[in-house]
Order: sequence, then C-alpha cells, then structure tokens
Amino acid sequence: MADGYHARTAGPQKFGRIAMYALLILFAMYYLLPLFVMVTTSLKTLDDIRTGNLIALPAQITIDAWVKAWSTACTGVECGGLKNNFMNSATFVLPAVAISTLIGAFNGYVLTMWRFRGSDILFTALLIGCFIPFQVILLPMAQTLGYLGIANSIAGLIFVHVVYGLAFTTLFFRNFYVSVPTELTKAARIDGAGFFTIFWRIILPLSPPIIVVCVIWQFTQIWNDFLFGVVFSSGERQPITVALNNLVNTSTGVKEYNVDMAAAIIAGLPTLFVYIVAGKYFLRGLTAGAVKG
Amino acid sequence: MNTTKAAPAKLVSPPKRVADYIESALPKIVLGPTLLVGLIFIYGFIAWTGWLSFTDSRLLPRYELVGFVQYITLFENERWWTSLKNLGVFGSLFILVCLGTGLLLAILLDQRIRAEGFLRAIYLYPMALSFIVTGTAWRWILNPGLGLQNFVRQLGFETFTFDWIVTPGMSIYAVVIAGAWQSSGFVMALFLAGLRGIDDSIIKAAQVDGAGPVRIYTSIIIPSLRPVFFSSIIILSHMAIKAFDLVMALTGGGPGFSSDLPAIFMYTFAFNRNQIGLGAASAMIMLMTVVAIIVPMIYSETRKAHRG
Repeated sequence: MADGYHARTAGPQKFGRIAMYALLILFAMYYLLPLFVMVTTSLKTLDDIRTGNLIALPAQITIDAWVKAWSTACTGVECGGLKNNFMNSATFVLPAVAISTLIGAFNGYVLTMWRFRGSDILFTALLIGCFIPFQVILLPMAQTLGYLGIANSIAGLIFVHVVYGLAFTTLFFRNFYVSVPTELTKAARIDGAGFFTIFWRIILPLSPPIIVVCVIWQFTQIWNDFLFGVVFSSGERQPITVALNNLVNTSTGVKEYNVDMAAAIIAGLPTLFVYIVAGKYFLRGLTAGAVKG
Repeated sequence: MNTTKAAPAKLVSPPKRVADYIESALPKIVLGPTLLVGLIFIYGFIAWTGWLSFTDSRLLPRYELVGFVQYITLFENERWWTSLKNLGVFGSLFILVCLGTGLLLAILLDQRIRAEGFLRAIYLYPMALSFIVTGTAWRWILNPGLGLQNFVRQLGFETFTFDWIVTPGMSIYAVVIAGAWQSSGFVMALFLAGLRGIDDSIIKAAQVDGAGPVRIYTSIIIPSLRPVFFSSIIILSHMAIKAFDLVMALTGGGPGFSSDLPAIFMYTFAFNRNQIGLGAASAMIMLMTVVAIIVPMIYSETRKAHRG
C-alpha cells in the first residue's frame, strides 16, 4: 500500500519537527477546550462561575447542576428536567435505526444480486433525493403525518426518520455487497436456494462490519437531529435536542450556565460514547455517507 | 453505477407454479416499497411544496393558485435578504476555514507523527456531537460577560473585546467559529485519506529531480487532491445551506434577526408565523440554490473524470 509522502524523507530537521508537534498539540487543545469548559462549568456552583473564570477548575466540585438538568430544570412550560426527553429519544431512535438498517440491508441485497430493469435508475433518483434541503418536505410531511394520525407521536418520528434514512442505509449495503463475489450466490441459486435462503445463509453472515457502520451512522444522525424533532413534535414528546435548546432558552431569573452545560453533556453523551467505543466504524460511515452519488 | 451484473432470477428457475411467480417477483416486492415511498416523499413532496408556494396559504394550506405573489413578497422582505447575505458570508467562510484547517492538519498528521491515532480522534470528536450541543457550548464560551472576553480581561488586557455573539452584523461570524470547530476535523479525515492514497512513484521521481518539500506539496500533492477538494466542498456547502440547529442554539438568529439563515427564515414563517405560502416559497428557493450549486459541480467533475 502506498504510504504517501513524508517531508521527513527529504532530511530530518529537528526544529521543524518540534514546531510541527507544537502546532498539532495547540490544535488538539483548541478542539478539547469546549469539552473541558463544559465539564468544569457543569461541576461548578453559580457563585464559582460568577467570581471565577472560564478556564479555572471548580473551587469545589458539586453535581447539583447535573441533578437539576436531569430531573427539575424547566424546558419550556414543563419543569421535569431532561430525563423524559432522554427516554423519548431512546424510544424512537432505537426502532428507527433498527428498521432503516434492516430495510437497507434487503434493498442493498436486491440492488446487487437481484437487479431488475429500472432498479438502478430508481435508486439513483432516490440518492439524489438525499441532497435536498429538508425544508422543502416539512410542510407536506406535517400534513401527511396528520392524515395518517401519527402527528406529534413517537410513531411519527420513527416514520419520518426511517423514510429519510433509507437512501443512506440502502447505499451503505449496496456499496458493501457490490464487492461480494457473484459466484457465491450463483452457485447457491443453481442448488435451488431462494431469495431469502441466500440472504440468511450467505449474505447476512458476511454483513456484520457494514451493519455496525450503518447502525452507528443512523444512530448518530437520528439522535442528533433537531429539525424533525422541533417541527413534528411538541411538549413532552420532544426529543432531547429540542428539550436542550428549550432549556437553554428558557429564561426564568438567573441564567444557570452550569445547568446548561450539564444538560448539553447529557444530550451529547450517547453519541460521544459510541464515538469513543467504535470510532473506526464511525469514520467509515462518515466517509461512506459523504462520498455518495 | 458500476455494479457487477447479476444473472436474472428467471434464467435459473423458470417460473411454473404460483410460488415460483412470487419467488421471481420477490426482489421487486422487497425493493418496491422503498423506491415508491422514497420517490413520493421526496419528489412528490417537492411538487407539493412547489404548489403551496403559488398559493396564499397562511395558517392552513389552501390550493387555489395565485401566481408569484409569495415569491414577490419574499424578495421584498428585508429579513429574507439578510438571511441570504448571511448564507453567503457563513457559507464561504465556513468552507474556506474548514478546507484550510483540514488540509493543514492532514498534512501535519501525515509526517509520521507519534500518537497520530490519538490526535486524529481528538480532531474528529466534535463531529459526533449534535449541532445543538456545539451551539450551547460555544454560546457559553463566547458570551462576553463571563466567557472568553472576561477571561482575557482578567489576564490583564482590560480593553479586550470579543462580543461578536451579541453584536448585530458580527454574530454570523460567531456561527462560523462554532461551525468550523465542529466540521473541520471531518475535512481533515477526508484529506488524510486522500494523502495516503497518492501514488508515491511520482513523488520519488520529483525528489530525484531535486524538488524540495514545498515544491512537492504545491505542484504535486495538493493538485492531486483535487477530488477530495471537490467532495469536501460539496459536503460543506450542503451543510451550510442546511445549517439550522447550530444557529438556533448559538444565537437563535439574533440579535434581532441579524444572524438568520434561509433555513431559520423558512421555519419561522412556515411554523411560527402561520405564513405557509411564504415558507414554501423560501423552501423552494433553498432547493433551487442547492440544485444550482451542486448539479454543475457534479456535472463538470464527472465530465473531467471521463475525459481524463
């Protein structure tokens, strides 16, 4: 494998190397600063925030802000903290991820092993659809969810996320299955194996890597979504991103930055956790999802 | 689409019984619903929104056509113009900063750095966060009262001022800071993958000819990253046009509506101000902007790829 070009091969220069590391570390600090500030601020008392400064460590560590953000902070009219919204997000994100991944796997399988006249053209049309700004479908979708009787419900959010996630999940699986040798499935067909038998026995056992990539991508996308959440749900059914935004913008008296930061970390924790545990697959999804079309 | 050809199912097992007919139709039965739903919910809905943009719908959709009234109202609206100007400022700066930072970090990381994986993970983690989380964090850091400005003043620079986030006309630059923080690591990852894929035989030949590192980067490596520039610009401009959550969390479009973007304009008028027709018209302009930017880019790039 080509290893690229390294200026070092042109002659090592000690000063240059030190400057390079300094620059890299400086950037690393810049990227870490907001996380550091979020964590320390969330552990401070309000007095500490007012008298101290942005970078200072907490004078005394307290988890009051975390408790408040989780269970009593006001997100608009309700004052039950983020716990209900966290559960809301979990209850629609998991089914939406599972359904869109499963359908995507079948679609990718058909598009590579069982293509029919027009399947590629229709798929391309679907893919181009990924590029549209979602603002252009919000109004009809709001109407349609009303007709279907699932407006402002968990089912409605699952539906919307599955519909607009399918193009991506299909793309992931299609691009993965393209590299599966067709001899494998041809031989199985000659032996009389049908559509589902081939899928369960041959294709699915090959799929774990792409399933992981797809699940992580969908999970991150849907958990972090704000637009669909704010348009298609209200009140106690709102997902966590919407509740976080409401919490920060609910101004009753003193601005509690420590609670804001604790709430932001709570909202970011699940995806951050997935990133730390499975960063490699996360990056693979990003690049696969990005270099589409 | 460069799929390998699969033999049609029919050739292997000619359909005889009902079960066989179903079996041979299975691929269509499986894929059909996705395609149908996708096409209706994308193209059908675009047409639906397009229709709404030619009506005088307010709180509820109405379907009698009234011509271009909404588009005329839209372009007479000062707030809409502000949001378009902001999109231009935000979009171009966001793309430039992300490309610059991303390329620099990728080149640095490509120099056989110790702990490369660790540094890469740090540069990339913001991408896992929601824009709402990013916006909330930066809103706190950039607030003049207790944030960065206060911190620098405490260091002794008592006249230091950094209050973009609350200054009309400057708040959109605060959005660029937070947006670039979130997305530049991703561009770094794309460039790094591009750098690792360069064929080093050309580089070796240039070295034999006596080219120095700077020359090699400017005349060989960076030009050969052209496809990465292309896909990065597409992704970043797409992100910029769709930008909504970040601004909502960071400035809420404020102060006033000075950091509005088209996506916020659309949301506000369609869902908060009961101006469905106007909201639909602004959504259609957003769609046309995406089409106008992305289609020519893809077209020109694929034509070059075919020729070269």
